[in-house]
Amino acid sequence: MADPAFSLRFRDDEPHEEPAVTLDAFLDQADASAVRLEAGEDARLLIPHLARVQLVEIAFPRFRDGRGYSAARILREAGYAGELRAEGDVLVDQLLFMRRCGFDSFAPAAPIDPEVAERLLNIYPYVYQPATDDAVPVWKLRHG
Amino acid sequence: MYKYDQYDQAIVDARVAEFRDQTARRLSGALSEDQFKPLRLKNGLYLQLHAYMLRVAIPYGTLDSRQMRMLGHIARKYDRGYGHFTTRQNIQYNWIKLEQAPDILADLATVEMHAIQTSGESIRNVSSDQYAGAAADEICDPRPWAELIRQATTFHPEFSYLPRKFKIAVTAADEDRAAIRLHDIGLKLVRNDAGELGFEVYIGGGMGRTPFVAPLIRPFLPVDNLFSYCEAALRVWNRWARRDNIHKQRIKILVHDLGQEEFTRQVEVEWQAILANNSDVPRAEFDRIAAFFEPPPFETGLPEDVDRSDPDFAVWLDQNVRAHKAPGYAIVNISLKPTGGIPGDASADQIDLMADLAERYSFDELRVTHAQNIVLPHVKKADLYTLWQALDAAGLASANLDLISDIIACPGLDYCSLANARSIPVAQKIAGRFADLGRQKELGELKLKISGCINACGHHHAGHIGILGVDRKGTENYQLLLGGSGAEDASLAKITGPGFSEDGVVDAVEKATNVYLRERQDGERFVDTYRRVGMEPFKEAIYG
Repeated sequence: MADPAFSLRFRDDEPHEEPAVTLDAFLDQADASAVRLEAGEDARLLIPHLARVQLVEIAFPRFRDGRGYSAARILREAGYAGELRAEGDVLVDQLLFMRRCGFDSFAPAAPIDPEVAERLLNIYPYVYQPATDDAVPVWKLRHG
Repeated sequence: MYKYDQYDQAIVDARVAEFRDQTARRLSGALSEDQFKPLRLKNGLYLQLHAYMLRVAIPYGTLDSRQMRMLGHIARKYDRGYGHFTTRQNIQYNWIKLEQAPDILADLATVEMHAIQTSGESIRNVSSDQYAGAAADEICDPRPWAELIRQATTFHPEFSYLPRKFKIAVTAADEDRAAIRLHDIGLKLVRNDAGELGFEVYIGGGMGRTPFVAPLIRPFLPVDNLFSYCEAALRVWNRWARRDNIHKQRIKILVHDLGQEEFTRQVEVEWQAILANNSDVPRAEFDRIAAFFEPPPFETGLPEDVDRSDPDFAVWLDQNVRAHKAPGYAIVNISLKPTGGIPGDASADQIDLMADLAERYSFDELRVTHAQNIVLPHVKKADLYTLWQALDAAGLASANLDLISDIIACPGLDYCSLANARSIPVAQKIAGRFADLGRQKELGELKLKISGCINACGHHHAGHIGILGVDRKGTENYQLLLGGSGAEDASLAKITGPGFSEDGVVDAVEKATNVYLRERQDGERFVDTYRRVGMEPFKEAIYG
């Protein structure tokens, strides 16, 4: 399990206090505002309820399991603006792509060196494709 | 061909810096091997039996002489003086030191090259027709779309930790020289009734232990939507592929499990969602890329006749030279399959020579083929004899293109940690058995492909004759397959029966060719005869 002491956050608002419940529990409880998606659960099931969601935690059971990247983008593309947290086997070398897919909070199982994170998050000056961050793809830079 | 601008260069330079950082953290112990492995694989760095192997990307198999010379330089400086051209139109080096890998990437970056996504569970180097831009039968040059795919799939944030590897191929001719239907996504450029360009989209092909020929998922995709549609297919797969069994995680398994109709439906639904976010590359960017692939300044009024008075030259001319779209020009295939050689290997000196010849005779362009040969795409017919003499002097004039000794073989147990059996010695013995070129020509087009394990890197499923090396109770054993094809008549080869020893499989191949010579009718290739008469006569001859 993730140790709160290791968390990284890229949001200015106060962390949401309510613990994240399972997807089933969230869909059952009309007042729940924080939900945890396991890898392989369908993020689209949350879309009708986004108005009441303030925290979505997406589980990474193994860092090589990339399903959470699609889940994150689907939620951001649907307009979700609340906290999107990657939890579990979250490592420094994956932070950049997670940020590009819309994650703005990280609850890693092992500590991440903030200096390395800072360096790697800024190592690429340009990107080739749009995602759910504000990076501008090179084809836009080329053509204005 | 495509040239990097400041953005492309900055991205590739950043990759070198990132990998140097990762390698340093691995060497210091900050990264565990488990954590480092997917990172190095995304840079084409495998740990093999004896050393690291580095696979360098050659996007859609196209490179210039400066880049080719760099490949020779790397072979000399960091390896043992040779490289191995692969079935994904790439090159790999077998004797690499981890500590030097970042320096190699830095050297490559000076000539607009890299090793990005040549391995690992990522979108691999996009492949294409080795005759693109030269073939008489293409409707347009497919490479601008391949380059567009290269850029759009490089460091794709959503699709870099995929269930498995993912391979895309693009062609624009009826003759399929890129094996598109054996790819995760195969794209064929076509025109619709209104004359507009689009793609036939095939999804779910592949080899490995569960081979499939890809079904047609979309008969006409407008070219402007190429990337969004690929993203839709990738997203459906990334979300719903199995993650519990590495052998069942390719997209072909999902397509098979869902069924073609349901898979297609899900991709179409996802595509509509993605279209709303407009990730497609605009036409202006396509036009910018396409401008790099304008035909070279072909001369006009050139002679068509070639002096055939040297009989050795004439043999090579008939076998290795193909029709070009421009009058007075030809496409030259340089076979990397000399008798007794290792299929796809070239020495640093040979690499340099091919670079020189490309510069002198082929508008500075070379291609790598998925059959592990090299192409000089734009050669004046008037230069063919001089070119042939230079190739012949360097041992590069084997006149065996598409013949039985033009073998695709994986590195096998001589190098690969996954292999069960050696591939290279079998290839060498078969080439030796059929060393007489007259005999090979009598057998005609015969695509023989050898894999040293079930992962099928040697494309044995797609061989007119395929050979699969297996481990049987601790000894190498070879199964024989017949009737596959990776071309426009794509099919999967079927196993003949019990396997053979190394020498036994060479005998069995010879017996199969004897059946063909006995049974063939006018104009039939080996695979045509097999398809007509079926497996039985071959089985009788091989096991009877």
